[in-house]
Amino acid sequence: MLIAVISGFVFALVIPLIMGRLKSKSTLWAALLPLSIFVFFLSILPEIQDNGHVRISYQWVPSIGVNLDFYLDGLSMLFVLLISGIGTLVFIYTSAYLKGHHFLDRFYAYLSMFMASMLGLVLSDNIYTLFIFWELTSISSFFLIGFNNDSEASRKSALTALAITGIGGLFLLAAMVGLGHVTQLNQISAMSSLSEVIQGNNLYGWILLFLFLAAFTKSAQFPFHFWLPGAMKAPTPVSTYLHSATMVKAGIYLLARFTPVLGNHEWWNGPLIIVGAITMVYAAIHALFRLDLKGILAYSTISALGILVFLIGLGTSAALLAAAVFILVHALYKATLFLVTGIIDHETGTRDVSQLGGLNKVMLPVGIAALLAAISNAGIPPSFGFVGKDLIYAATLGMGDLAWPLTILAIITNVALLFAGFLAGIKPFLGKLPERFQHLHLPGPAMYAPPLILGILCILFGLAPFLLESSLIQPVVAGLTGTEPDFHLQLWHGFNLILLLSVITIGSGTALYFILKPSENLLSKVTAFEGISPESIVRLISSGFATFSSGWTRFFQNGYLRYYLITILSFISLMLAYRLFTGITLYVDTSTMTAVTFYEAVVLIIMAVAILFTVFSKSRLVAVASMGVVGYSFCLIFLFYSAPDLAMTQFSIDTLTVILFVLVLYNLPKYLKLSDTRDRVRDGLLSLAFGTLISILTLEVMNETVSKETSQYYAENAYILGKGKNVVNVILVDFRGFDTMVEITVLAIAAIGVFGLLKLHLRSTEKE
Amino acid sequence: MEILLVIIIGLLYAAGIYMMLRRSLVKLIIGLILLGNGANLLIFLLGKIVKGEPPIIADTEKMLGEIYADPVPQALILTAIVISFGLQAFAIILIKRAYKVVKTDDLDEMNATDEDL
Repeated sequence: MLIAVISGFVFALVIPLIMGRLKSKSTLWAALLPLSIFVFFLSILPEIQDNGHVRISYQWVPSIGVNLDFYLDGLSMLFVLLISGIGTLVFIYTSAYLKGHHFLDRFYAYLSMFMASMLGLVLSDNIYTLFIFWELTSISSFFLIGFNNDSEASRKSALTALAITGIGGLFLLAAMVGLGHVTQLNQISAMSSLSEVIQGNNLYGWILLFLFLAAFTKSAQFPFHFWLPGAMKAPTPVSTYLHSATMVKAGIYLLARFTPVLGNHEWWNGPLIIVGAITMVYAAIHALFRLDLKGILAYSTISALGILVFLIGLGTSAALLAAAVFILVHALYKATLFLVTGIIDHETGTRDVSQLGGLNKVMLPVGIAALLAAISNAGIPPSFGFVGKDLIYAATLGMGDLAWPLTILAIITNVALLFAGFLAGIKPFLGKLPERFQHLHLPGPAMYAPPLILGILCILFGLAPFLLESSLIQPVVAGLTGTEPDFHLQLWHGFNLILLLSVITIGSGTALYFILKPSENLLSKVTAFEGISPESIVRLISSGFATFSSGWTRFFQNGYLRYYLITILSFISLMLAYRLFTGITLYVDTSTMTAVTFYEAVVLIIMAVAILFTVFSKSRLVAVASMGVVGYSFCLIFLFYSAPDLAMTQFSIDTLTVILFVLVLYNLPKYLKLSDTRDRVRDGLLSLAFGTLISILTLEVMNETVSKETSQYYAENAYILGKGKNVVNVILVDFRGFDTMVEITVLAIAAIGVFGLLKLHLRSTEKE
Repeated sequence: MEILLVIIIGLLYAAGIYMMLRRSLVKLIIGLILLGNGANLLIFLLGKIVKGEPPIIADTEKMLGEIYADPVPQALILTAIVISFGLQAFAIILIKRAYKVVKTDDLDEMNATDEDL
């Protein structure tokens, strides 16, 4: 099973290298990978049927509990088969759709990377690998949406999708960490027994919130849905695969996966029902007004995802059964419709429904596939969609007091969806064939076979639902509800309320199809509301955020040295002051201090005066000279306190500095006061405060005992090891000889710099 | 004595920072020098000052006696003085050069790159 997951990633790495070399015209062989994965998982199917699940675990990072725990139960199996099965068809389809495309190898690489991540996602039992694979699907989706990277709209949509799903991913991580914290477990399958513990915990609400945000962003639920229509900029195989059949269902998968763990609580059911219901109705109504085939399909996909969230929110076993069946129903018919749309787009060059018609005359097999899908979409017997829709109505009708309002919402959605399906699946193929499409002909079988296969499956599963019942659907429902399933999938239930509702749905939907003709006019009426759509609001927020951050940056990174200094110093001063005045009792031990002699006091006074002169003098010469006085006073202090080497160094260096200053003094600008009084007072206060704090700090530090260990070592070994009597010198040239050498190098570099600057003659163009 | 030195340190820090907050480049350098001096004195003071016992081994001895000035801070300060001289020398020449080219030492007028001029 690990191989099945890893092979996709390996394939993604290898394919760009080999595809160019092969020079083979057809890239059909690439479909062998998903096909073999599909067959492999199909072979495990009986085992799932008998045991309920298969578990395989590989150690990855055991120290932090991140392991490749793969857990294959009914739910995972449903998704795995969808991913690899539809993957196979999409791979085949792509070989014709993007035939000869310059970056076809890259495209396959992204596709297989996505497939592998998606497989990893639905197989992961470990909460952290779940997160990793979740993010990988977002990333590969980003690449696929932005595949036409020379189109700006394409890049923008890719970024939007990545931003929305990426944020969702972070919420998923938060939810997973929360769950891991509450349960102390990393395996999802082990958590369901702790369901009550989790629901009693304070963090339950937060976990739910984060999990919902993750699922809603990924599965394009209101108000995060807008990235999905944008993602339709991707090539059609991508829209088929990622944005209708698999990736967007990852959020659904997540909710279903955690139903046994977190579900059956009003905090779980309520939000899911509300958000699901809003999404399904909102998107279904939106789908009515679209002209672009892919736009219609995008909104109807969002609506279908809303139905799924809604069903999981209902949470009854009937609803979960309906969800399980509907996942499959929707994947089959929506993938077909997308593939058909791709063919239409590829052959005619337009996706505008109002211009399409009569294509049956030129591409009949495609028309048949579309018709079968539209029938299944509409829930007309004997399609699989009919089974699915019945189950949905059965689920809503079983909701007690809320049965009727919920059922009516479901009916509205289904009517609109039926309309959308007819518009996408039937309208382009019936009626009069426009003149300019006369010359069209049927594309190769690699293109029309995949939708045809899917279309036939739509009907086949409707006629013979027992094919799926015990093998696939029952393990899913058993896993979700934790009880032995007790149901039979049937096409015909006899004359009852549900059948009546079906008839109403189909009747009103068909009527709507004949009444409502899509046109620019209608579309413009809907776009008028765009100002208050969630997409515009998010764009507003993001541009507001950009303004805020640029203002923030401009405030702090203003380019003026003194404001940087002021910020840093005020911060340090406040921190220090707070600490000093709250936590530390000031204490000065005068007993250990040395006495003040007269000449020392005089030196210090001279120094203080010199400092003040340096600061307040109006003349450069005075300032520089005072600075020299400060330096010479330093020499004296060093001399008094047993540091003759320092005194000598300070003396020579200070002399040099003053000389240097004086030498260049006449080349320097006038020594003006540039700032006003207010600034000076402000700076003065700040520097005084900082100086005072440093003084206090120094006094406090002096109370600490000094470790003499290092000095002791040098004192004892300077002569014995270094053969020198002046310990400071021995340290510098012997013990720390290398440091000194580097220091000399630094000085040499500085000297070269000075020399260079002095000797540099600017070319006349560089002079102002 | 220590208390007086502590006051001087505070004064040097305050003066150094005040000068660094000025708009003139020359004052900035002077401030930097004062600040460096303050830091040196701080290190010196924290190594416990001792009077009249330089860390030099007597002719007849093989190691320092019982009481001696700590040689480690002294070595540190010596390095610091020399390095800061390198910095100052370079900075002073740089100011001179920059003034020749842009005719100002006001930092506020120097915040543009070549392209903006």
